[in-house]
Amino acid sequence: MSQPSAVEEKLEHLQHHFIDSDQQFEASKLGMWIFLVTEILFFGGLFAAYIVYRSWYPELYLLASEELDVFWGAVNTFVLIGSSLTVAMAIRSAQLNQIRGLIINLWITIGLAVTFMVIKYFEYAEKIEKGILPGAHYSYDGIAHEKANIFFSIYYMMTGLHGIHVLVGIGLMVWLVFKAKKKVFHSGYYTPVEITGLYWHLVDVIWIFLFPLLYLID
Amino acid sequence: MATNDESKKVRKLQVRRFKPEENPEKHYLNEEKGLWAWMTTVDHKKIGLMYLGSIVFFFFVAGVLALLLRTELLTPARSFMDADMYNQVFTLHGAIMIFFFLVPSVPAVLGNFILPLQLGAKDVAFPRLNLASYYIYVIGALFTLFAIFTGGVDTGWTFYTPYSSTTSGGNIMAMTFGIFILGFSSILTGINFMVTIHKMRSPGITWNKLPLNLWGLYATSIIQILATPVLAITLLLLTMERMLSIGIFDPAIGGDPVLYQHFFWFYSHPAVYIMIVPGFGIISEVISTFSRKVIFGYWAIALSSLAIAFIGFLVWGHHMFTAGQSSLANMVFSFLTFLVGIPTGIKIFNWLATMYKGSIDLKTPMVYALVFLFLFTIGGFTGIMLGALAVDIHLHDTYYVVAHFHYVMMGGMVMAFLAGLHYWWPKMFGKMYSEFWAKITCAVIFVGFNMTFLPQFVMGAQGMPRRYFNYIDQFQSFHQFSTIGAYIMGVGFVMMAAYMIHSLVKGKPASSNPWGSRALEWQTSSPVPLHNFEHTPVIINGPYDYHKPMSEFQLGIAAKHGHHHAEEEVAVKVSKQEKE
Amino acid sequence: MLPPAKSTTAAETDALFHFITSVSLILLLGITIAIVYFAWKYRRRSEDDVTPVITHNSTLEITWSVIPLILVMIVFGWGLTGYMNLTTPPDDAYEIRVVAKSWLWEFHYQNGHVSVNEMHVPVDRPVKLVMSSDDVIHSLYIPDYRVKMDVLPNRYTSLWFEATEIGESVIYCAEYCGTAHSNMLATAHVHSQEDFEIWLETAGAEDDDMDPVARGEQLVTRNACDTCHSSDGTRLQGPTFQGLFGSEREMEDGEIVVADENYIRESILEPNARITAGYQPVMPSYAGTLDDRQIDAIIEYIKTLE
Repeated sequence: MSQPSAVEEKLEHLQHHFIDSDQQFEASKLGMWIFLVTEILFFGGLFAAYIVYRSWYPELYLLASEELDVFWGAVNTFVLIGSSLTVAMAIRSAQLNQIRGLIINLWITIGLAVTFMVIKYFEYAEKIEKGILPGAHYSYDGIAHEKANIFFSIYYMMTGLHGIHVLVGIGLMVWLVFKAKKKVFHSGYYTPVEITGLYWHLVDVIWIFLFPLLYLID
Repeated sequence: MATNDESKKVRKLQVRRFKPEENPEKHYLNEEKGLWAWMTTVDHKKIGLMYLGSIVFFFFVAGVLALLLRTELLTPARSFMDADMYNQVFTLHGAIMIFFFLVPSVPAVLGNFILPLQLGAKDVAFPRLNLASYYIYVIGALFTLFAIFTGGVDTGWTFYTPYSSTTSGGNIMAMTFGIFILGFSSILTGINFMVTIHKMRSPGITWNKLPLNLWGLYATSIIQILATPVLAITLLLLTMERMLSIGIFDPAIGGDPVLYQHFFWFYSHPAVYIMIVPGFGIISEVISTFSRKVIFGYWAIALSSLAIAFIGFLVWGHHMFTAGQSSLANMVFSFLTFLVGIPTGIKIFNWLATMYKGSIDLKTPMVYALVFLFLFTIGGFTGIMLGALAVDIHLHDTYYVVAHFHYVMMGGMVMAFLAGLHYWWPKMFGKMYSEFWAKITCAVIFVGFNMTFLPQFVMGAQGMPRRYFNYIDQFQSFHQFSTIGAYIMGVGFVMMAAYMIHSLVKGKPASSNPWGSRALEWQTSSPVPLHNFEHTPVIINGPYDYHKPMSEFQLGIAAKHGHHHAEEEVAVKVSKQEKE
Repeated sequence: MLPPAKSTTAAETDALFHFITSVSLILLLGITIAIVYFAWKYRRRSEDDVTPVITHNSTLEITWSVIPLILVMIVFGWGLTGYMNLTTPPDDAYEIRVVAKSWLWEFHYQNGHVSVNEMHVPVDRPVKLVMSSDDVIHSLYIPDYRVKMDVLPNRYTSLWFEATEIGESVIYCAEYCGTAHSNMLATAHVHSQEDFEIWLETAGAEDDDMDPVARGEQLVTRNACDTCHSSDGTRLQGPTFQGLFGSEREMEDGEIVVADENYIRESILEPNARITAGYQPVMPSYAGTLDDRQIDAIIEYIKTLE
């Protein structure tokens, strides 16, 4: 699927410093892969904090994760996995020159991403009402562990940072829809769709790690 | 990734010789005019120069701060500023030098300028991203300046918790957030360079013909990509700590301050290699060029850079031998620290071997490279001292450490940067500088540097702790000697500014290849044309093959609508450009 | 280059220090001679100089990789042995609790006595310091003994030494801890065994019968009050004692307070309850360090500073 050289008549997209479309596509894709590595390390810092505190206070994680709603977490997992599928379908449509299909698939992905954020909002709101806030602001007394506030600091940092990534993804896909409507993409050039897709898969994968690590502890 | 099966993948290219035009009328500095054209340029060379202007500004700011510190230390008690001011000044000196000068200096200035030229590419892979990196750097810098003018920061450049999460002094949030932003500039530059080296090489540049400067930048990019995100998350957590009291690092809320140190050094030790490894690349180029001789141990130098990049990730704990981590951890970190010393030592011997039986021309860049060899060796040996557990218990957090890292950072990295700057200056501006004044200045800086930092080894060994505003009387003569050295060094840098400005205004025009180098960046005009090469260069020899005639280094394929002045055509076998 | 070695473990650290320094100097000399000699011997004679093609030499390269490797492994092993000694206190060590506060050191002895910024230890007997901090990270450093250990707020750390000479040594804080970091100094007083026992028995009581004002002045010095509070009107980290007593003080929140006995007592025991306008809440509490009679004496002393 990485051979876009079939249609070469339209070359406005080719930047002056590349020799051909292939080189430009390969470069962009490699760049995105490396960027994803940096993203993993960025989240890696939080995973490290998670692991360190979990090894110090294993019982804390058992107690505190009970406050998290497994049902809605699972729903969100399915929502994101579904959106990964639709973004892959969007790329497929672009490869086949089906611009209408591309736009429809992008809209579905955006819809799923928004659904994810809405569910996340209700989860946050429910906790904040109870007084489950990070660090020094923590005022909930339903968990019998003195470090419960730290668990929720980690929870909010991890899910919050992930949420920001989801929002960025939504923004990128809205931008792709506008570009697609202007007929920028075709089977010879769909690099932005491809690399946004890569990004979106990473956002999905990170959530697939977050869900069991935070919600499913027992 | 290396190609030993070169003979199998061969393709024939019709090439001819392209002699660079001497002193061209039109070049990258004058083809587009006006401030707006500069500010919105995506040309890697101009972006490199914009970085150069910025880092020179920060180097002088932080340098003046250093002189203020040294002046205050003339007397054991208060000389002219109070303790809080002193603490802010040393914090800013460190933070600005490291994050705004040392980290971006070689990659962002010289790397940006030289990397596409050495690959024969028209630009880096993502020129707009490159410009964005610059503006991210500027935004980060503005946050820091904002922090300075709204109370400053007094935590030391390491921002150790819980001091940094609880102190009421200054605007730590703006400062850490500024450095958080700055980190992305570094990450994006790393991504850009890595993709460029992989995907934008001219025909014939196989991995074993890649200039060592690019191996250095490649290793640096790996570290930037893998380590900087961890700094980003650490500083984000610290910012959150101050903004929302999340408490992960603050013991008063239940967190752990030593965890912060692990996070911080996981970035900041590799960051040392972000600063020094590209310097190794420059030194390899300069020593080979001015010895006019094949580099000794090409693969040893290239692979030792990669080895340093990887082992460098495993030694962060040697900053924490007294911090209360387990004895086992200390043992492992000490062991790995010694291992990382070996590839560094290998490089030094390789450079010496390159000089052996060479044709050595002691031009300014070469003099700086030799100064680098001497000072960096001292920095390395004192690093061995600090890696030895029992001795480090005594020397940790004393002036010995201060002197050690100044020998590595200033004696190593800054000298390498100056070697590179003097080496590529004619290529950048098409002008020569005064050889006489450049050498005098180099001598002044060398003397000033050693006067400043040699006494600090003695003070440290005797037990003078670092970051001390007041000190006991027995150290006064050492401190005064050190201060005088710092003034001499300051004079040296003012002299450098003077002859460099003179060179820009009235310097003699430089030829396209004033040092007689074989490397690709010298096979185009000085200053460089807007799109670097008017042809696609084709490489058949290594960049250090001084035993081959110059004509074999200027081959290329004409651009589609290119040149008329035809020379004789030759068919050359070249290896297929790899795609991996 | 090193300060006098006054502990049983110092000699080994010093030996390693000197070993590394000597080997380094020899190698540095060799490298420097090579640089200078090559630069002169192989200087460029003409633009047409032809240089030999020497790309590598495996024997040479292995040699200069292996020899340094052997050297650093010696240094590693040596450093590790010394470090193990430094982290394994003998079982019979005399234990002292150390509490670090910004910016003073408290030494709590086994009989309940507390000394501030003065550590009293017996000679020729292992001493183990068990340390913790009340606020930020500090680090206890005694150059004469070649020992150093960070002092943390959320856990205990320890170090040990055995002093070999009667006399005094300086103790530094080596981890940056804010404004008066460089004033956070203490002194190690090494006594003979008998003198140490005598000091322990009498130290707490010796000043009971002194004149309250003189006793107060002594306490202000001994407890490092004068690190931050001057007696001559100079502004340090805290307000000066001169003219303090009976004056009207404006607090950070705008409240006006008269500095009477109760105010001073509260400021010593709960320093952050009320903060004078223009100063930072950085003073550590002296609850448990000073008893009521001692606080009385300090108040009497402050009264005399008009």
